[in-house]
Amino acid sequence: MSQEELLKGLRRTVEQALKAPYYKRKLTEVGIHYPADIHTMEDFRRIPLTEKEDLRRNYPFGLFAEPMEKIVRVHASSGTTGKPTVVGYTREDIKLWAAIVAKHLTRAGVTSDDVIHIAYGYGLFTGGMGLHGGSEELGALTIPVSGGNTQRQLMIMKDFGSTVLCCTPSYALYLAESLEEAGISKDELKLRVGVFGAEPWTDKMRDEIEARLGLQALDIYGLSETMGPGVSMECLKCNGLHIDEHFYPEILDENGNVLPEGQSGELVLTSLGKMGFPGLRYRTKDLTRISYGSCVCGHTGWTMRRISGRVDDMLIIRGVNVFPSQIEEAILSVGGIEPHYFIIVDRENNLDTIEVLVEVNAQSFTDEIRELEQLQEKLQSKIEDITGISVKVRLVEPKSIPRSEGKAKRVEDKRKEKIFQ
Amino acid sequence: MMQLSIFLENEKGRLAYALNLLAEFNVNIQALSLADTKDYGVLRIIVANPEEVAQQLREHNCVVKLTPVWVLKVPDSSGGLAGVLDKLVNEGVIVEYLYAYVEKANEQAQVVLRVRDTAIMQAAMDKLKLE
Ligand SMILES: [Zn+2]
Repeated sequence: MSQEELLKGLRRTVEQALKAPYYKRKLTEVGIHYPADIHTMEDFRRIPLTEKEDLRRNYPFGLFAEPMEKIVRVHASSGTTGKPTVVGYTREDIKLWAAIVAKHLTRAGVTSDDVIHIAYGYGLFTGGMGLHGGSEELGALTIPVSGGNTQRQLMIMKDFGSTVLCCTPSYALYLAESLEEAGISKDELKLRVGVFGAEPWTDKMRDEIEARLGLQALDIYGLSETMGPGVSMECLKCNGLHIDEHFYPEILDENGNVLPEGQSGELVLTSLGKMGFPGLRYRTKDLTRISYGSCVCGHTGWTMRRISGRVDDMLIIRGVNVFPSQIEEAILSVGGIEPHYFIIVDRENNLDTIEVLVEVNAQSFTDEIRELEQLQEKLQSKIEDITGISVKVRLVEPKSIPRSEGKAKRVEDKRKEKIFQ
Repeated sequence: MMQLSIFLENEKGRLAYALNLLAEFNVNIQALSLADTKDYGVLRIIVANPEEVAQQLREHNCVVKLTPVWVLKVPDSSGGLAGVLDKLVNEGVIVEYLYAYVEKANEQAQVVLRVRDTAIMQAAMDKLKLE
């Protein structure tokens, strides 16, 4: 896409946003009254960032840019506090979304001959319906199984011959575990591609899922505020997630400055061509880096790296930035250990402490305390190598860390409670 | 002889839970020892049919391991155990841990021995004609 085409697209998004009074006020404040005021990329970067808080303030429909009779569907993401954030789609938006997801699936080698097992939750969450639209658009056999009821999932996977599995990576692992427990071999299934997203994961976790489910695991990215799953996805080359051309990405540092290509920072997205709910410099709070180029799969444009963490999830331990994903990477690098862990952050005598609970399994358990202590020390030093901070590893019994069927909760920060004591 | 080892967190009730499970399976524990650290422990038991019990425990989400150990009769007199150990050490056996118990049928004192190198132990056993 040429600079001129991009500016044209961005102007259309601004034009759309100006229809919502809240955006109009924000844009007027920085001297943007008409789309034509965006002459250059510098002009575009004057546009204030949008955050989840802006959506909350306009709950439920305040930021919709089309009259309600044109809106045919809403989705919402649950907030941990207070009201959810609500987004709206016109009929054209729904079609566009399906086309975008279908295009990603095609680049992942998925065709109309596939049987797509969608174990993302259906409902206000965009995961289930998003993949569903893309799958049907592609002409594949779509199984809207939704999340939960793991035993039924296994039965359907086996009996219906599912070839593509769509769910969160932690649920994929949970399914793999349940499969083994049920005594079903992965060879009895026909899975070949996994489309996993909605939470951060690591390459080690990918290897684990691929080995246990016998499929190629691909990362998909998206958030309801900018559409839903399909903003970007990996092709079979697995060399980053290709951002669809209907999104313009920027990477910002903590002060809101745009970073050059290749540098890591917060992903900010502007939608191109979405009508009901235009995304205007929306802060995803996700950390990644982007690069421009062409891939053998046919994609030309921006490609982003796997999300390395959340601006919010980042734990600051004794002044050092630590991401749960780093700890996961360290645990998995030791080998023979389940990727189920739990991080407890606390403060003792004004010093931050971090304790990592790791499940012992049949493979890592030995009869001798000395060897268990060695395992513990090995885990501790691996985590220290990767994060730069010393931690305490506590070995716990298997299945004692709660499994989740959606996004896994992996951190408890007890320091937060103490502030109010 | 195979010893059954069970991983236990040092949480209140975990040991009781494991012992209750064993009772439920009608397992007769011939010998028992518990090694523990601040956070966790390893329960080691000698039972008649270790493989079967291990399988049952696994079905109840316990982490278990079967470890080869030696059970030796020791003279029930002062210095009895020391005498046996001295002989083994002279043959190059390194003992990881041991625990003693009294075999009920014959009132015979016995020790369960876990060694680092089972081949050296076997050679020592043959040479010393121990049982
Ligand atoms: Zn590609």
